[in-house]
Amino acid sequence: MESLTLSDVEQKYYSDLFVYCDTDNTKKVASNGRVLDLFRAAQLPSEVVLQITELCGATRLGHFGRSQFYIALKLIAIAQSGLPLRVESLNSVKDLPLPRFVVGKNEAEARHAALYQDTDSQGLYPASGAAVIPRPPGRGHQNKKATPATTSLPVHEVIQPLAPSIEPQPEPTSPVVSPHQSPPTSPHSWRKHKRQHSGGNVERQPVVAATGATWTHFREPQTGTVTGDGMWVSHSPPLPGQESWVSFTADTPPSSTLPAMHPSSVQESTTIRTVASAATTNEIQRQSSGYDDPWKITDEQRQYYINQFKTIQPDLTGFIPGSAAKEFFTKSKLPILELSHIWELSDFDKDGALTLDEFCAAFHLVVARKNGYDLPEKLPESLMPKLIDLDDSAEVPEPAADVGYSASPVEVTPNKSPSMPSLNQAWPEMNPSNEQWETFSERSSSSQTLTQFDSNIAPADPDTAIVHPVPIRMTPSKIHMQEMELKRTGSDHNHPTSPLLTKPPDLPEEAKLPASMKFVAANTVGDGYSSSDSFTSDQEPISRQRSQSGTSPEALKVVAPPPPPPRPHPSHSRSSSLDMNRTFAATAAPGQPQPSTIAYPPAVPPRPLPTQTSAPHTGHRVEAEAVPGGGAVLTTTSPQQIPQQPNFADFSQFQAFAASEQPSSLPEVDKHSEAGQVDKASEGAGPLRTVKSDGQADERVSATVNSAKGSSGPLGPPPKPVRRRLKSEDELRPEDEQHGPQKSNVIAAVLATQPSIPRSVGKDKKAIQASIRRNKETNTVLARLNSELQQQLKDLLEERISLEVQLEQLRPFSHL
Amino acid sequence: MAVCIAVIAKENYPLYIRSVPTQNELKFHYTVHTSLDVVEEKISSVGKSMGDQRELYLGLLYPTEDYKVYGYVTNSKVKFVIVVDSSNTSLRDNEIRSMFRKLHNSFTDVMCNPFHNPGDHIQSKAFDGIVSGMMVQTG
Repeated sequence: MESLTLSDVEQKYYSDLFVYCDTDNTKKVASNGRVLDLFRAAQLPSEVVLQITELCGATRLGHFGRSQFYIALKLIAIAQSGLPLRVESLNSVKDLPLPRFVVGKNEAEARHAALYQDTDSQGLYPASGAAVIPRPPGRGHQNKKATPATTSLPVHEVIQPLAPSIEPQPEPTSPVVSPHQSPPTSPHSWRKHKRQHSGGNVERQPVVAATGATWTHFREPQTGTVTGDGMWVSHSPPLPGQESWVSFTADTPPSSTLPAMHPSSVQESTTIRTVASAATTNEIQRQSSGYDDPWKITDEQRQYYINQFKTIQPDLTGFIPGSAAKEFFTKSKLPILELSHIWELSDFDKDGALTLDEFCAAFHLVVARKNGYDLPEKLPESLMPKLIDLDDSAEVPEPAADVGYSASPVEVTPNKSPSMPSLNQAWPEMNPSNEQWETFSERSSSSQTLTQFDSNIAPADPDTAIVHPVPIRMTPSKIHMQEMELKRTGSDHNHPTSPLLTKPPDLPEEAKLPASMKFVAANTVGDGYSSSDSFTSDQEPISRQRSQSGTSPEALKVVAPPPPPPRPHPSHSRSSSLDMNRTFAATAAPGQPQPSTIAYPPAVPPRPLPTQTSAPHTGHRVEAEAVPGGGAVLTTTSPQQIPQQPNFADFSQFQAFAASEQPSSLPEVDKHSEAGQVDKASEGAGPLRTVKSDGQADERVSATVNSAKGSSGPLGPPPKPVRRRLKSEDELRPEDEQHGPQKSNVIAAVLATQPSIPRSVGKDKKAIQASIRRNKETNTVLARLNSELQQQLKDLLEERISLEVQLEQLRPFSHL
Repeated sequence: MAVCIAVIAKENYPLYIRSVPTQNELKFHYTVHTSLDVVEEKISSVGKSMGDQRELYLGLLYPTEDYKVYGYVTNSKVKFVIVVDSSNTSLRDNEIRSMFRKLHNSFTDVMCNPFHNPGDHIQSKAFDGIVSGMMVQTG
């Protein structure tokens, strides 16, 4: 056959038709049966059909390929417009209207009859019957009318071309029963109409008389909307964009592409319908037009559903149990499989019961199914029991009551559902965040310290992005250290919080419990990074923090290096770590050492690292002496140290210490208080206090020295401090004296090593004397610290023993 | 991705079995059947604690040269069996567990459907969808 040029409209229309006829889904051949039906629907004389078939080449081929099909359609259009059938006319005819097909079915009526028996659809039946019966002739009538009417575009019954948002008027045609008829029953029929109309929808007009569609018969050829029951006929036209999903394959909106052919025809149909009905239909249409899909429930329908709901469950806000719903819907005589599918679709929250909304959706689906509409795979939006904000647009302007009903139970679901593909999957997604948050808060509340930390840290720490499930991150960071310190001190004082870190790690409690410390550490770690920055910047707070949580810096530091050190010097480490932490605030070593130090000294994990230990070793002493005071100094040095290992900090601190010499009493004091406050707090506290009393300057110096030592640990004097540190750790308490001398040695060493110490350089004697004095002070401080720590250790050991005993007692029960 | 997923009722008859179509389905049916013995064995051994989530998941029932079989039993003695291809990058245990969890959830949804009679073959599209999602995507 010659090539065929089709306009866009035609192209779409034809392809839709082809799809419709392509029952075997071959995409290549239209089944003969369908094609012939279609041709018959074109209401052309059979000889014309034969001629067309022959012309298009199908006779030759024996089947209708796509090209043959298109040619045939075009020929049909030509024939329908009264032009002679000529092959040449295929391309020559301009502005050929689209072929029209009228399919009248009695199936629709049959389906109507099949509507719920329990409904008073009886009333409808007669109406529909009446509507149906006259239809055929009417149709013919209409056909004729339609023919001439195709001014703009012919009405397509078969396919519903998407009418350009036309709100065609009520489908005139058929003797549609006035919509006012038995409203209760009408829902079914209406629905049908609606659908049909929607098929024809507003935009497109009239209904596509899909062969399969029962409602097709409702459509009037003219307007394209089958008036079917008549009720809706009038309405039908404008159903907005409803896709004629009913049309061919029952699911596909074939006509989506077709332009509105109907509008014109629809308009014509107005003549048929009475004004009243038209008006009614218009209203109804409007209502239904609110829907953009055939699944909208109109008010009348909804009212009907509600009434039915009441018969089962008088309370509109209650549920219909599954068994009752099963009985009810079984009455519709749909196959159980389909009912099961409908249930799956409509039971939104999967609770085995139907709320009002769910019930309406299910009812609507049943009606649709009975009318020949295929069930969707997914619940259409308009049927979702949203009730909540979700598909407001799709909603029908239901009475508020309905909304109200549906609201509560379903509320949650709709929100979730629309956003999520599958309820099961979706909800968790939506909720998890909430739930997680909730759980976290709960959890946090459960554990004292944890709570605070979590709440403080998590939200406060955007950098670390620690989601509430607070994964404890041991990220070394200054901030972390700071936080640790803060925590430690926080409980003691308030300083910790704010000043130190931008974050709130304030962990107020600071280290009341080791756990808290750990958490804090974790949190702080995260925060640590950020805080570290601030740490450096905020020297004061840092120093304070340091003093407060002597261990925190250590912890931080410790974190950096793989923590759980074998406890080289338990006691010493603690103290040293405290010092180190305080002084160094370094390296963001996350808080293992911190927690350990902050918490119970004994429980504390062993000194963070040997390096640290060494560093702290020296630094410890210094810190002990000058921790409080050295805070400021430390802070100054800490920035330097932070990036470095704690060990390195010593020297710098020492320098700073030496240089500054002016202890910041405040920081020192703070440190003291903070440090002192808790036993756990540690050694820092001891020394701090002592230091404080002793003299801030000295402390400061010592602190710096310590820090310096700590930092310098690895450097020059490292060996010495390390050794010393080790020793001190081992001996812990008894080391006081040792510390003293050691410290002095260390200090001296440090001092010696510190090139920048002017004093030593300049005035050796004085410096030495001063250092000696300082050392003595440090010694006393350390001694006190030792004693305190020993006491703490004893206490903790006792606690541990008691806990172990309890554990033993409980153990037998745990096996059960 | 599983190559075969089966749901066995309490009385040890299949409620739902689905394999990747390209495979020899009979082979998988047989495999699932033999795995039931292992399931029974595991169930009896876990007698003391019932209902713990962990016990619901039975883990690897037995591996063959081509595939591995995992089992899961619910409190009502409904068993889920998943057969995965060994050549697949070995799925982590957690993934298998999550697959079972999903299966269990959608199975529960099917059971909640009043139109479904327990003991009937499962004919739920939603369930099919979930299972398809878990099957090997062989296109």
